Amino acid sequence: MTPLENEISALKKELISMWILVQSQLNKAKEAMVQFDKDLAREVLIKEKRVNSFELKIDRDCENIFALHCPVAIDLRFLLAALKINTNLERIGDIAAGIALYVVESSVNFDVKALESTSLLRMYEEAVNILIDTRTAFEKEDTVLARSIFKRDDVLDAINENAPTTIAEVIKADLDSMPEALYMLSVIRKLERVGDQSKNIAEEIIFYVEAKILKHLESSQRKIEGEK
Amino acid sequence: MEHTVISASKFNAWFGDNHVVKDVSIGIEKNQVIAVMGPSGCGKTTFLRCINRMHELIPGATGKGSLKLYDDEIYTMNPIYVRYKIGMVFQRPNPFPNLSIYDNVVAGYKLNGLKVAKADQDNIVQKSLTSAALWNEVKDSLHKKGTFLSGGQQQRLCIARAIAMEPEVILFDEPTSALDPISTSSVEQLFHELKENYTLIIVTHNMQQAARVSDKTAFFYMGELVEFDDTKQMFTAPKDTRTQNYITGRFS
Repeated sequence: MTPLENEISALKKELISMWILVQSQLNKAKEAMVQFDKDLAREVLIKEKRVNSFELKIDRDCENIFALHCPVAIDLRFLLAALKINTNLERIGDIAAGIALYVVESSVNFDVKALESTSLLRMYEEAVNILIDTRTAFEKEDTVLARSIFKRDDVLDAINENAPTTIAEVIKADLDSMPEALYMLSVIRKLERVGDQSKNIAEEIIFYVEAKILKHLESSQRKIEGEK
Repeated sequence: MEHTVISASKFNAWFGDNHVVKDVSIGIEKNQVIAVMGPSGCGKTTFLRCINRMHELIPGATGKGSLKLYDDEIYTMNPIYVRYKIGMVFQRPNPFPNLSIYDNVVAGYKLNGLKVAKADQDNIVQKSLTSAALWNEVKDSLHKKGTFLSGGQQQRLCIARAIAMEPEVILFDEPTSALDPISTSSVEQLFHELKENYTLIIVTHNMQQAARVSDKTAFFYMGELVEFDDTKQMFTAPKDTRTQNYITGRFS
């Protein structure tokens, strides 16, 4: 392997480590929310610093590779994608910390039935699965899997769009549940953002592997352009 | 086409039985900087030397196919005239060691027996040295020998010598490989200025230089023109795997 290939391979491993950490943060935040486990929520908040450190380290590594190796073609695209994936992962890390922070600050736990009726748990699972699959797509440079993320993000969008209605029903059923219901709405909004960040990551994977730019395309157009 | 200065169609070149340029077809537009790159022995310099009929100066070297300057077949033109219209600058600066800076610039006229009035010669010298970004540095020492100059200045003197003949195209064969970074930078800056009046074709092993200075890049491999595209496209998303492997250093 050339020195640049070694650097890129090391950077890829580092991004995957960050990915695994962010995924774990998201899972733990969910667990803390469902179990109302404040200790676990605090752990998520503490580990958020590690996510931030990863972001800084990856930014610095990319900067060094640009400066020292003058990458071109697929190497250049990989580095540009790595920078953006890094930012997207850090934001997902922020979302996990945001969910955990509520658990730490709240005095009332969630009604599991409400979590189900609003599809929040289903949405959460799908958001985590999407994040896992974007990682697999990145590791295997699998653009078919990356493209599948776009459609799956639509599922999260649908739950998010329906959220005002489902949350209103929870509030109507029990007015005292309003604070938690509004928090659930906030979590749904956050998970919708996880879907968006994952979609951005999928676009970066396709850009890196195939040199195709799918950003800012309508979903039908993205499908056509992506499959060219 | 008016804007195509050099065009090749299924052009081939040989050294004896060695087929070094294979079926090359390309269209080079006016006032562009073209970088030609590829591994050693890929035929890029041979192709360059065919464009101004220098290839045939080597015993046993031949060319076949269409190679045109505008609408004229280069291989049916007078080779001396071809070299007026298509100048060349080489890897190592090669000013005539016994001639002054002034005489180096007008050497093309003198060596070909072309009579030029003294006032016109003065004009040619000043204009060519100015175009080669050398006038201010040498205007007070025009009658010193060319070899008195630094390497970078000597290379710019060679460029001035090529410009003096008012060519359409200037060919550069690794023009900065013998220069230090500062001289390289000044020659690269010159490319940007020269392209306003000339078409430049540059063979280079320095890929970053190709990326910095050229509008389009041609990649040669084993005598074939593998890819010819906008430089931005070539260095971000080349279409051919061989190009990608070469520019990313994964060539085996």
